[in-house]
Amino acid sequence: MNLILSLVIGTLFAGGIYLVLRRSVVKLILGLVLLSHGAHLLIFLMGDRLVKARTPFVSAETGVAPADSADPLIQALILTAIVISLGLLTFVMALAYRTDQAVGSDDLNAMTTTDEL
Amino acid sequence: MIHHLFLPLIVPLFGAGVATIISRRQLWVRVIALAATLFNLGYGIWLLVTIATAGRQVTQAAGWVAPFGITLMADGLSAIMLALTALLTLVTIMFSFVTIEARQERFYYYPLLLLLMFGCSGAFLTGDLFNLYVWFEILLVASFGLITLGGSRAQLEGGLKYVVLNLFGSLCFLVGAGLVYGVAGTLNMAHLAERLNTVQQPSLVTAVAGFFLVAFGSKAALAPLFFWLPASYHTPSIAVTALFGGLLSKVGIYALYRVFGTVFQRELTWLAPLILLVAGVTMVVGVIGAMAQVNVRRILAFHIVSQVGYMAMGLGLAGTVGLAAGILFMAHNIVVKTALFLIGGAAEHLTGTGELKQMGGMARREPALAVLWLLASFALVGIPPLSGFFGKLGLIQAGVAREQWLIVGVAAGVSLFTLFSMLKIWNEVFWKKAYSDMSHLPRAGVGLLAPAAVLVLVSIAMGLGAAPALEYSTMAAEQALDTVGLVRDVCGADGCDAVELAVAR
Repeated sequence: MNLILSLVIGTLFAGGIYLVLRRSVVKLILGLVLLSHGAHLLIFLMGDRLVKARTPFVSAETGVAPADSADPLIQALILTAIVISLGLLTFVMALAYRTDQAVGSDDLNAMTTTDEL
Repeated sequence: MIHHLFLPLIVPLFGAGVATIISRRQLWVRVIALAATLFNLGYGIWLLVTIATAGRQVTQAAGWVAPFGITLMADGLSAIMLALTALLTLVTIMFSFVTIEARQERFYYYPLLLLLMFGCSGAFLTGDLFNLYVWFEILLVASFGLITLGGSRAQLEGGLKYVVLNLFGSLCFLVGAGLVYGVAGTLNMAHLAERLNTVQQPSLVTAVAGFFLVAFGSKAALAPLFFWLPASYHTPSIAVTALFGGLLSKVGIYALYRVFGTVFQRELTWLAPLILLVAGVTMVVGVIGAMAQVNVRRILAFHIVSQVGYMAMGLGLAGTVGLAAGILFMAHNIVVKTALFLIGGAAEHLTGTGELKQMGGMARREPALAVLWLLASFALVGIPPLSGFFGKLGLIQAGVAREQWLIVGVAAGVSLFTLFSMLKIWNEVFWKKAYSDMSHLPRAGVGLLAPAAVLVLVSIAMGLGAAPALEYSTMAAEQALDTVGLVRDVCGADGCDAVELAVAR
């Protein structure tokens, strides 16, 4: 499981960076989406252990978490990160749409007016 | 009963919420924004005094015991940044009263300013690495809104670059935070400081520290990750540029100081030569970039980059003396940079353009503005009685003590080029004769001059009171580097691992 996830994360990062380096704004956004998915999965992999079908609960009788329970913190972290990236990427899409309207092109090379002397 | 460390977070958030609901009543929105900012300023000053006498302030969110919940903590560095954030927001709001268009004000301008202050204050007060990420996102979202408010083509183009490159920096931060959790099994800064020294794979920790260096370096606009800054900072309204120029890149520097000062202390000794190299390149590239520019705000934007290099130099000297000088320089630069943007911006507001070629004659027409500019620009360059001198002197002394001659030479030489750029603006905007008829232009009122005058006075006070200021920043640097005291204050005398073991048993 760890190996498969590592490969998936690596592929997401490679694809994301490739797309971010393209000139089209749409591909740039898709690249950011892939990169954020890669980052989320990376946090998922960083938990204590990856186990299937185990709850992250403490036993009511003993007050101790079972040895094979899932790591609850990574789930909280990913949930936070997903919500944040959802909001930010939505903002980027709206911004890209307005930029496309104002510039009349989605080519990043057409957006150099603020850098020109 | 809530702990006082929550107050500077609750007040601006509550103010922003109320101001959004009643956004149609312009006067009330202004009163709320002013009141919330004044509260934070008062609290920041109170915190400065309290920490000087009572030491580090710590509280746990919702009463969770230290390494499990989210820790809020304030030391000298946090208090300095918190007070300066409120001061900058206050003068920005005062400047906005006379310069912001009513159209922008209706689109939640003041609530966004309050949210920006909320995000920055949270970033300065948190003691948890992932929580720091969340605060960064809050202040970024508010800044995204402010930088694109108005929706002109230049703002959208600059805003897109600003947003995308900052998102990339945030992703690096997120990956770094995830990897830290994988390596150390905790995200509490005190717990990390305790654990990372005994971690199994030290090389992995060095790699993770690299992620944080890239993440905070891109937010602080260090070379070679600064290109979003000069592309976007001159596009929004003047008040927003002034606030961003003074504050935002320094939040990245604060995070560098905090994370490398406490969590990655051992990696800092390894990375120090690299940080010094980056600092030197940043200083030189920023100041040379400014020389090519012919627009007031674009020259000043490149100088932000150049001066961030000095602050990174304070970190790269890896010691109490260097960090103390870095903190003093940062405090001075936050004040003076915003003052320069407000003065240059006032001239731009009066003339109607920021292009040097079309400006002129301001010294005769607005002598008060010219005097303020002269004082602020001399403070930036580092002429003795003003505040910039002591920050630079401290940095250069620390560099000499460490025998880092190259960075000392670069730091001293870059000051000359800074003087060149400041004199260029002085000559073109204030000194030279106006080519066009100026008589129909509006005059500068008190509302336009007062915000910059407040900041210039603060800068002069910091210069005249350099001894206590240096004393305070030395205390702040000692606190920032004192991991033993941090662990004791956050987790108790036995340390965080002991708390965790006790709970697991």
